[in-house]
Amino acid sequence: MSSLDAAEAGSAPGIGAGGADTPPPAESAETALSRTLQKIARGDLLVVVMSFVFAFLIGSVLIVIANQEVRASLGYFFDRPGDALTAIWQSVTQAYGAMFRGAIFDIPGYTRAAESVRESGGSGTYVLLPALAAGLRPLTETLTVATPLIIASAGMAVSFRAGLFNIGGTGQLIAGAMAAGYVGFTFDLPVVIHLLICLLAGTLAGGVWGGIAGFLKARFGANEVISTIMLNWIATYLLFFALKTAAFTGANQSQPTSPSVGDNAVLPLLLGSGFRLHAGLFLAAGAAVVLWWLMSRSTIGFHFRAVGSNPRAAQVAGISPARTAFLVLAVAGALVGLAGAVHVLGTEGRLTEGVAGSIGFDAITVALLGRSGPVGIVLAGLLFAGLSTGGRFMESNQGVPLDLVQVIQVLVVLFIAAPPLVRTLIGLRRVDHPGASARVRGARRAGSGAEKAAIASGAAATAAATAGADSNSAPTSDAVTTDATTPDATTTDTPESSPPDPSRADGPPPAGTEGTDPAGGRTEGRTDEQEEER
Amino acid sequence: MSTTPVAVKDDSVIARTLDDTRPSSWWHLPATTTVMGLLALVVFGLRGIPGVDSAYVVVHESDMNPFGLIPEQIVLPSMIGSIVLSVIALAASAALWVLQARVARPRARVRLTLIAVFAVAWILAFLTWVISQRTLDVTTLLQGTIVLAVPLAFGALSGVLSERSGVINIAIEGQLLFGAFGATLVGSITGSVWIGLLAAPIVAMFMGALLAMFAVGYHVQQIIVGVVLNVLAIGLTSFFFGSVMSDNPGLFNAPMRLPTLRIPVLADIPLVGAALFEQNILVYLMWIIVAGLTIALFRTRWGLRVRAVGEHPKAADTVGIAVNLTRWKNVLLGSAVAGLGGATLTIGTGVAFGEEMSAGKGYIALAAMILGRYHPIGALLAALTFAFADSLQLRLGTMSAAEGGVSIPGDFLLMLPYVVALFAVAGVVGRVRVPAANGQAYIKQ
Repeated sequence: MSSLDAAEAGSAPGIGAGGADTPPPAESAETALSRTLQKIARGDLLVVVMSFVFAFLIGSVLIVIANQEVRASLGYFFDRPGDALTAIWQSVTQAYGAMFRGAIFDIPGYTRAAESVRESGGSGTYVLLPALAAGLRPLTETLTVATPLIIASAGMAVSFRAGLFNIGGTGQLIAGAMAAGYVGFTFDLPVVIHLLICLLAGTLAGGVWGGIAGFLKARFGANEVISTIMLNWIATYLLFFALKTAAFTGANQSQPTSPSVGDNAVLPLLLGSGFRLHAGLFLAAGAAVVLWWLMSRSTIGFHFRAVGSNPRAAQVAGISPARTAFLVLAVAGALVGLAGAVHVLGTEGRLTEGVAGSIGFDAITVALLGRSGPVGIVLAGLLFAGLSTGGRFMESNQGVPLDLVQVIQVLVVLFIAAPPLVRTLIGLRRVDHPGASARVRGARRAGSGAEKAAIASGAAATAAATAGADSNSAPTSDAVTTDATTPDATTTDTPESSPPDPSRADGPPPAGTEGTDPAGGRTEGRTDEQEEER
Repeated sequence: MSTTPVAVKDDSVIARTLDDTRPSSWWHLPATTTVMGLLALVVFGLRGIPGVDSAYVVVHESDMNPFGLIPEQIVLPSMIGSIVLSVIALAASAALWVLQARVARPRARVRLTLIAVFAVAWILAFLTWVISQRTLDVTTLLQGTIVLAVPLAFGALSGVLSERSGVINIAIEGQLLFGAFGATLVGSITGSVWIGLLAAPIVAMFMGALLAMFAVGYHVQQIIVGVVLNVLAIGLTSFFFGSVMSDNPGLFNAPMRLPTLRIPVLADIPLVGAALFEQNILVYLMWIIVAGLTIALFRTRWGLRVRAVGEHPKAADTVGIAVNLTRWKNVLLGSAVAGLGGATLTIGTGVAFGEEMSAGKGYIALAAMILGRYHPIGALLAALTFAFADSLQLRLGTMSAAEGGVSIPGDFLLMLPYVVALFAVAGVVGRVRVPAANGQAYIKQ
C-alpha cells in the first residue's frame, strides 16, 4: 500500500467520527425515512433482533425434534403431511406460548381470577386488581430471578472490563451464600443490623473467594480461567461438606439443608407474602449503579480499564497489572458474593446443595450480552431471567426440557458476538452499503483519482458512523481505499466488517494485538456473494 | 527488571552473568517442600494411629510371579512407616535447600530427581497414614489411573493441537461431552459399539467447527467462544438427554462397552501389567496418538508449520502458509481427538450417557495441557498426575465406608483432583511459555 493511501486511511477515522451524523453520500438513499431505516439496518439493533430470531428458530427446531407427536407423525409424513406440519406448528407455538405465559403475563390466570371475582359479585377495580395480580405473577417471578443474576453479572462485568475472564461465578456465589446463610441462621441480632451483617458477610466471603484466584494470578501468574473453575468445584464440594456438619444443618442432621435464616436476616418482601419479589431488587439496581460508578468515575475503575485495554501501557503508566488483577477479582468476587447473599436471604431462605443453580454461569452470558455495561446487564439480566422462568413453566406445562432455554441464551450470545454472521444470514450486504456496486461502477467509468478518493472517504464516513469510535474503522477505511482505487480486485465489502463486537469491547485481547487486529481480511470467502452483487 | 544494563564486551561476560544470577525466588521450592514435609511428619506420622498396620496388595494370584519372589502383600506399621517416609521426604527437601543455595543454576536432572523422590515419599507417607488398618490394592489403583487419564489426555491433546496453532481451546469440555454423547447415541442406534467409536470424533468435530468458525472466521474473543460453547454443549446434550434419550433409552441411550483387549503375557506383569496391557482400544490409541503427535509436531514439516502459525502468523503467512486454514484444520483435528476422549466416558467405561457427565474434566484437561507446557508428552504426564489423584479419590471413597482407621470426608476426596490442578497451575504455570500468537485472531492485511 502506498504511503498516500496510508495517510488517507489514517485520517479517515477522524472524518468518520466528526461526520457521524452527516447524511450518507448524495447518490445513496434520499429521504429521511429510508436513511433512518438504513441506520437501523446497519446498526446493532437489527443484529440484536435478528440474533434473537435465529436463536429462537434453532430453538424451535430442537422443540420439534424433541416432540414425540411430531416424530410419530413424521413416520407417515408422505401419507398425510398435514398431520406432521400441524404437529410441528403446535409443538413450537405451544412451547413458546407457555414460555411467554410463564415469564411475563399469565393470560389464563388473569381471566380465571377475573371470572372468579365476578362470580362472587365484584366489579370494576375489584375485578381488575386481583386479576392483574394473578396475571402479573410470572413477571414478579422473573424480577425475583433477575435480582441475583443482575448483581452477579455486575461482578462479571467488572472482571471482563478489566480483561480478566472470571469463570468462577458459581464458586464465589456459593461462598457468599454460605457466609450469609451461616450468619443468618446461627446468630440472633437486631432488626436492620442482622440483615446488613449477613449481606456484608456474603460480600466479604465472595471477595475472598475471588481474591484467591486473584492472588494466584498476581503472585504466580496462574491462569484465572482455570483457577476460577477449579475454585468453583472446590466451593461446591465445600458446600456439600458443610451441609453434612452440625454447624450448618442444625438439629436436622439427616437432610443436607440448613435451617431457615432468622426473621431479622430476611430481605423484606415487596408485594406481600403472596409473591416472592423481595427488596433485593433495589440491591440489583444498586449493583448496576455501583458498576457504573466504579468503572466510569472511580480511580480504581480507571486502573481496571487501563489494565484491561492494554496491560503493558498500564504498567508503563505506573499501574501494577498484578495488583490490579488481584483487586479486580476480589471486587468481582465481592459483587458475586453479594448476589449469593441476596439469593439466600431473599429467595431461598436457607442453604441447600443446589443453592447456586446456574446463576454463576448465566451471569457470564448476561454480562457478555449486556456488553458489561450497567444498563446492558440490567436488560440482559431481565431477559435471561424471563427466559428461565418461562422455560421452567414450559418444562412443567409442555414437557420441553429447561435446557432449551440455555441453548437459546447461548445462541443469542454467539450470534450477537459475530455480527457479520448475522448479516450474512439475513443477506444484509445490500442494505449495508446501498448502491455500493453502482458507485464502484461509476468510479470505474469516471476513472478520476480525485473522485475515487472522495467516494472512498465517503464510504469510510459511513463505515465509521456504524463503528462509532471503534478502532477497527481505521483499517476498514483502509480497505475501502484500496478497493475503490482498484475496483477489479475483489471488492467493496465495507462497513459490515466494522461494528464493534461485544467481546472485543469486553475483554480486549492481550497487549500488542491492537495494532494487528482489525478488520482487513474479511474479504476472504465472500467473493461469490460479491460476484452476485455485480 | 531491576538489573542494570551491562556493557558486554565478549561472550564470557554473558556466560558469567548468566551463571552468577541466582533467581531471587530460589528459596520458594525448598521452603514449600519443607513445609509440606513437616506437615506430613506431624499429621501423617506423629499423629497417626499407633500400633496398626497398612497393607498394600502388590501382586495378584494370577500375575506372573516367578518362584514367589515378590510378596503378595506389603504390610507396614502405619505410624512408623509414615514417620520414616516423611523423614525421607524431609531429607529430599534438605538436599534441595543445599542444592539451590550452593549452585546458582542447578542441573535440571538433579533437581527433578530430588523433587521426584520428595513427591513419591510424601505420597506414600500420606497413603500409609490414610489406609491404616486397611488394605490398598495398588494394581487396581494404577489401572484406574490409566482409565481416568484417557479423557484428560485426549482433551489435553486437543488443547495442544489447537493452541499450538494459536487458537485457545476452552471448549474441550464441550468437545468431550459431544464425543461422549455421539458415541452413545450412534452406538445405540446402530447397535455397534465400533460405529459409536467412529461417530464420537465426528460428532465432537461439530463443536470444533463452531469454535473455528467463531474464533478463526469471525474473530470473536476466543476464551469467550470457548466458555459459551461449553454451555451450549451442556445445554444441547442435556436437552436431548431429557427429551429424545429419556423417551426411549433402549434405542438412543443404551450402555455399551468397548471390549477389553488383553495382551497375553505382558498383562501378567505385576503392578503395571493390568494397567498398561489390559485395557480397551482407546487406551492403546492414547499412547499411539501421543507418540504420533510428538513426532508430528516437532519432527515434521506439518508440525513446523503449525507451530509457526501459532508463534508468528504474519511470518508464516509471508512464507505462504495459509494461517487460518491451518488453524481450522487443527481445531477440527483437536476436537476429533477430544471426541475420542469423550467416548472413553461412555463406551469406554460401559455406562450410558448422563447429563453433564464430563463434570469439569475438560477444564482439568486444559490445566493438564498448560502444566504439560503445550507438549503432548508433558500433557500426558500431567493428565496421569490428575488421574492418579482422581483414582486415589475413588479408591479411598470406597474404603472410607469400612470401619476404623483414618477417614477423610468424601467431599474433600472429591475435591482432590481440582485442588491438585489448582496448585499445579499456580505452582508451575509461571515457567510455561505460551505460543506467542495464542488467542489472537489473524487477519490478513
